[in-house]
Amino acid sequence: MTLESVSEQYFDVLKELGNIGAGNATTALAQLLQCKVDMKVPQVKLLEFNEVGELMGGEEQIMAGIYLCVEGDITGSIMFLLEKNSARHLVSKLMGMELPDEEFGEMEISALKEIGNIITGAYLNSLSTITNLKIYPSVPDLTIDMAGAILSVPAIEFGTLGDKILLIQTQFTDDYELDGYFILVPDLESYAKIMSALGLG
Amino acid sequence: MSEVIKVGMADLKVCLSPNSVTTLGLGSCVGIAIRDPQTKIGGLAHVMLPDSTAIRQNNNIYKFADTGIAELVRLMEAEGAKRSRMVAKIAGGAQMFAFQNKSELVRVGDRNVEASKKKLKELGIPILSEDTGDSYGRTVIFYPETGDYVIRAVGKPERTI
Repeated sequence: MTLESVSEQYFDVLKELGNIGAGNATTALAQLLQCKVDMKVPQVKLLEFNEVGELMGGEEQIMAGIYLCVEGDITGSIMFLLEKNSARHLVSKLMGMELPDEEFGEMEISALKEIGNIITGAYLNSLSTITNLKIYPSVPDLTIDMAGAILSVPAIEFGTLGDKILLIQTQFTDDYELDGYFILVPDLESYAKIMSALGLG
Repeated sequence: MSEVIKVGMADLKVCLSPNSVTTLGLGSCVGIAIRDPQTKIGGLAHVMLPDSTAIRQNNNIYKFADTGIAELVRLMEAEGAKRSRMVAKIAGGAQMFAFQNKSELVRVGDRNVEASKKKLKELGIPILSEDTGDSYGRTVIFYPETGDYVIRAVGKPERTI
């Protein structure tokens, strides 16, 4: 089995999952920030490795990347990427103050990890509910760096399966447009488990 | 006028002086720059994984350190470079996060660097300098005219190796 062969059917599943997951994440974000948050219909994209950076505004675009592993009935990893200014916006809103300087301090990083936790948790919850599979996320790790460098991590994982990368683009809006990208990399056996759990195997 | 040739992820390009060749945002991947100082023919490979023989999906030879480097050297020779004169510089191979999901991908950055060194040694191409490891992304630009390999990282001064 290759990524290309499973991807077509999986695409629709992911799109639906993205919809429900982003819906959950939006609700969670609105509660956390105590304001109204809207979302656009997520887009699912299967891209060549070199197209991913361009989608996010170039490989050198500074992003915050939150990465965590998934265990349980399925194994794999998930990553949530947020453009740096969007990340600053969310953190300052969460902390109820403007961030003083350009850099993220320990507090800001910790707040950002929490945001990542909530967003990825909302996605995983919906996947778990739809498939009835047990899914446990690990403690997240966060890095702020060039998009290309952060993306090399899921790209390498996809690279062991094929030559493309699958991602869900989600746009949240409060009074500010937040572009978030969500990348789910199930191990190859887990693709089959997800599909068969949905009666599509 | 010289131009800057762009190399993507799992990609490689031959570059003739006075042009330069770049790849943006190297993370755990490795950028291998090779040059024949006499003809000033150069090239840059951006490899993602160490070993093509360890993976079944290995049609894309640009993706792996072993096959990518061999292909870059072959293309440079086709342009008129001599392997016996070639020298290399390498950058990248960072560990972007504290952990990695798959056991076979643990320390993949380090292993990409090791595999690149092994392949270069096998081909008899000496490594003049390197900027590898650590935990940050790198953008690299290689100039076959001088052999300068310029490395940029977020919040760090630019350096030339």
